[in-house]
Amino acid sequence: MGGSTFCASKVSRDLTKKATMPAVKGDNMRGLLVFISDIRNCKSKEAEIKRINKELANIRSKFKGDKTLDGYHKKKYVCKLLFIFLLGHDIDFGYMEAVNLLSSNRYTEKQIGYLFISVMISANNDLIKLVIKSIKNDLASPNPVHVNLALQCTANIGSKEMAEGLGNEIPKLLVTGMEKSLRETIDSVKQSAALTLLRLLRTSPEYIQIGEWSSRVIHLLNDQHLGVVTSAASLIEALVKKNPEEYKGCVSLAVSRLSRANLQDYTYYFVPAPWLSVKLLRLLQNYPPPEDPAVRTRLTECLETILNKAQEPPKSKKIQHGNAKNAVLNEAINLIIHMDSDPNLLVRACNQLGQFLQHRETNLRYLALESMCLLATSEFSHEAVKKHQETVVNSLKTERDVSVRQRAVDLLYAMCDKTNAEEIVGEMLEYLETADYSIREEMVLKVAILAEKYAVDYTWYVDVILNLIRISGDYVSEEVWYRVIQIVINRDDVQGYAAKTVFEALQAPACHENMVKVGGYILGEFGNLIAGDPRSSPLVQFQLLHSKYHLCGPATRGLILSTYIKFVNLFPEIKSTIQDVLKSDNNLRNSDVELQQRSVEYLQLSTVASTDVLATVLEEMPPFPERESSILAKLKKKKPTVTEQAENKEPKQPMPQAQMSNNVNTHNTPPPLSVPAASNPPSAAASDDLLGLNSPGPSQAAPSAGSFLLDVFDTVGSSPPTNGVDSNGLTPGAEESFKKFICKNNGVLFENDLLQIGVKSEYRQNLGRLGIFYGNKTSFQFSGFSIDTHCSQITCTPKPVGTTIESGAQVQQVINIECITEFSDAPLLIISFMCNGNSHRLNLKLPVMFSKFSEPAEMDSATFFARWKGLSQPNQECQKVFKAKFPIDTEQNKTKMLGFGISILEGIDPNPDNYVSAGVIHIKGSQVGCLVRLEPNKNAQMYRLTIRASKPPVPNILADLLEHQF
Amino acid sequence: MMQFMLLFSRQGKLRLQKWYIAHPDKLKKKITRELVALVLSRKPKMCSFLEWKDLKVVYKRYASLYFCCAIEAEDNELLTLEVIHRYVELLDKYFGSVCELDIIFNFEKAYFMLDELLLGGEVQETSKKNVLKAIAAQDLLQEESEEPKSLLEEMGFVSGP
Repeated sequence: MGGSTFCASKVSRDLTKKATMPAVKGDNMRGLLVFISDIRNCKSKEAEIKRINKELANIRSKFKGDKTLDGYHKKKYVCKLLFIFLLGHDIDFGYMEAVNLLSSNRYTEKQIGYLFISVMISANNDLIKLVIKSIKNDLASPNPVHVNLALQCTANIGSKEMAEGLGNEIPKLLVTGMEKSLRETIDSVKQSAALTLLRLLRTSPEYIQIGEWSSRVIHLLNDQHLGVVTSAASLIEALVKKNPEEYKGCVSLAVSRLSRANLQDYTYYFVPAPWLSVKLLRLLQNYPPPEDPAVRTRLTECLETILNKAQEPPKSKKIQHGNAKNAVLNEAINLIIHMDSDPNLLVRACNQLGQFLQHRETNLRYLALESMCLLATSEFSHEAVKKHQETVVNSLKTERDVSVRQRAVDLLYAMCDKTNAEEIVGEMLEYLETADYSIREEMVLKVAILAEKYAVDYTWYVDVILNLIRISGDYVSEEVWYRVIQIVINRDDVQGYAAKTVFEALQAPACHENMVKVGGYILGEFGNLIAGDPRSSPLVQFQLLHSKYHLCGPATRGLILSTYIKFVNLFPEIKSTIQDVLKSDNNLRNSDVELQQRSVEYLQLSTVASTDVLATVLEEMPPFPERESSILAKLKKKKPTVTEQAENKEPKQPMPQAQMSNNVNTHNTPPPLSVPAASNPPSAAASDDLLGLNSPGPSQAAPSAGSFLLDVFDTVGSSPPTNGVDSNGLTPGAEESFKKFICKNNGVLFENDLLQIGVKSEYRQNLGRLGIFYGNKTSFQFSGFSIDTHCSQITCTPKPVGTTIESGAQVQQVINIECITEFSDAPLLIISFMCNGNSHRLNLKLPVMFSKFSEPAEMDSATFFARWKGLSQPNQECQKVFKAKFPIDTEQNKTKMLGFGISILEGIDPNPDNYVSAGVIHIKGSQVGCLVRLEPNKNAQMYRLTIRASKPPVPNILADLLEHQF
Repeated sequence: MMQFMLLFSRQGKLRLQKWYIAHPDKLKKKITRELVALVLSRKPKMCSFLEWKDLKVVYKRYASLYFCCAIEAEDNELLTLEVIHRYVELLDKYFGSVCELDIIFNFEKAYFMLDELLLGGEVQETSKKNVLKAIAAQDLLQEESEEPKSLLEEMGFVSGP
């Protein structure tokens, strides 16, 4: 096969043989060659620019001249302009001449015209309409080579205008071919038409209607010409992604084609049609394993043949043979992983990749590491992958190429589970000490996630994170240190240990600023837990922290100031020392406004507030709501896309502001020790921290005085009795407002003229905490206020509230909930009180649903389908079809599903309009996984909702809840 | 699908660029700059695949020229390496022991050849025979139109070899 090319020895030969001008094939534009030689002979950049400017002036004058240029000259100049453009210079003329060439009868002129247009024209160029017109003419040409030029140009530009103007023409070429032409040329037109159509489909699907031809397009897979099949396979895959159902027929055709994709011209270094095979194997990855047993058997045979061939001795020593063979093998393994149904194939795939892990070809080792990541997610092969742990750790240590080491990190991350977490995290930490800077940040995120996910003992977790900061402090992003603080605050069993450990870490002479942040925060919260030891007495803690103060940036200093004011509350004995620090000019008159303000306010607070007020304001931080780890989110969005890099001038916020705004904007991040400004009512700020709200919360639940007055004048005396109940014994409106909470946690549960009831709730695993706010809207006192809850299936523990609510006042009640088993009936909330001599009673439903105990679960498509298939018994599924209640809006629907406590899994359903989700519901002592698929039908304004879960009544309970939300 | 292919010399001079998705010129230049620097900085025997932004980069050096393709996550790296090789083979067969200069002086031919092999970023025709046949047919048409009196005219291009 083809002799070697570009061999190194030839470079020297080039210098002698071709230094001035090489032999030129075919057409001979001598002027162009002379010009290119001139450019190459330029000794400096300046000389080159001078020569180019001279040429541009020459061409311009030729184009402007009176004499009409003949086609040859026009072609030559257009070609020169193209060359100049490709050297990196801007070209602002000559476009019209190029467009003229398109209508030339001479093939070469037309061809150069199309090349110029393809390379230079941008989609929104004014000339595009003229170009489209020429293309249309050529598409209708009886000469297939002209048709092909027009198709190639369309595929190269592929703009929206082209889709609009040509979208109707091209499908015809694909399925009918042209009359009176030779078979061969029809084939080449079909090939180009298929890929041109694909390009237009990608840019502007709205203009491409395949409709009636879909079955003929599928049958292109049966075409005798393998080139046609190769092109068509790509088109069909794109169509399948849009509409899997309509193109389902391609599965059996693809399988049968796969088993006979063998034709001499298409054999590449002894590998039969590798490109076609790979495309077919990819096409099949859009469907679940074939249902038809015969097709399925045939596919299994194909895959086995491919795996068998991998074990045979190579038919050629050429690298091309190996690459092509392994390309097919890798794609086959991808399909096996995708189907995730045949344990035998999966384990064989894993063994094969295991061999590659130690292959002498770096490329193969790289790909083996990559594919094994996928295998690690399958339950059938996870264990088999784990056998290679030692090899992978070894790769991490010995590979010379950082991109291979990166893959090893990814695989270790993927194969990690409870059994090997400590070992893998240990290896990764060790490697981090010497790791390449380019992968440190990602490694830090991964270690942090693994340590959290598989921590049995949270002291281990704290150690790991502090190690991370010590080893790689610069690469520890905010998310990581926020997270360790969230976890320490939420788990009281680890707080003392954390305080002790950070205290020790801070004693290192040079410690990273991130360590100071974590240390400052944790000591501010839990310094008291170690204050009994004289070695870490309050004063020692303070002095240790203060010794770092001047070494830190303003953001950290702000945080440390907050720690100081927390110390004032924790350790009254060092109050005056702290006040002295706050009073120093360095703080009180700091040029940084934020630091100055904190110093002034904290000093004032420490001076004027009583111990009680201090204790309230500076109370220990309440637990953070459990949500998806923000580190995970960070890891996911780490990779920028190519287009994003165009506008990577993100405004960098000055640190202190960023820090302050964290309190308001983010759910997941702990506000770095926020202490409310002295002028704010402490309770409001405290509840902000608790929930990190962006949904209506306390501001609604605590109506402003202004609106009260209006309500009072309007309604007092005329208020209807609120004792009426509906057929379920509920107060009218109770059911509706209950439903409003299915996809959100905060809002107004009930409101009438007398009373407004707001709810804020948070859930963690199988526990929930509801804050209920009762606001008296009248100008009278409520007396005999009593609250009762009724529930049979969950544990519901309301904290007592007083029996009176003053006019205009609001009281808060906390109710703790524990989910014992699955339930469908919500607890009842019964409220009774006297107001202005009338007694009132409200029967409401407490907005607690089974779904509230669900946490979104992330998984890839292989895992999803495997689980979905695993839940195939009839009582494990519930399906509902219902009419849309709201306009079908993707973003809103996603928000609702996330609010429901299930994830949005992208890229799993072949139809991008459908939503696929997963969640884990926590019940006392166990968990129930659930999978959800929601299929909107925009034309009919209908939805089909399918829910599967392992425990029988769960799908029905969830479907009943979710049904009314869309 | 392949997003773009770049050919550049060891000195970092761009010799050919083919974009299968529409980017503004400014972005194209930026991407080219970054990738050329990235690939040139790699040592021999390193892996031919790189993760770069949300793309996969596959490159290979042939004598003084680097061939570098950017493909998407689900594309097959090894086979992309062989797309490059097939392209080199085609150029080699056509020019007869191709070298960098051939591509500089005949850049338009290099483009035409690439359009036969790949279209819209997907592999179109992988048979070497078929691609060369198509290019030979073009050349015949060319000579036919340049020298209308040639004998070739009478032979007719479609029935050619």
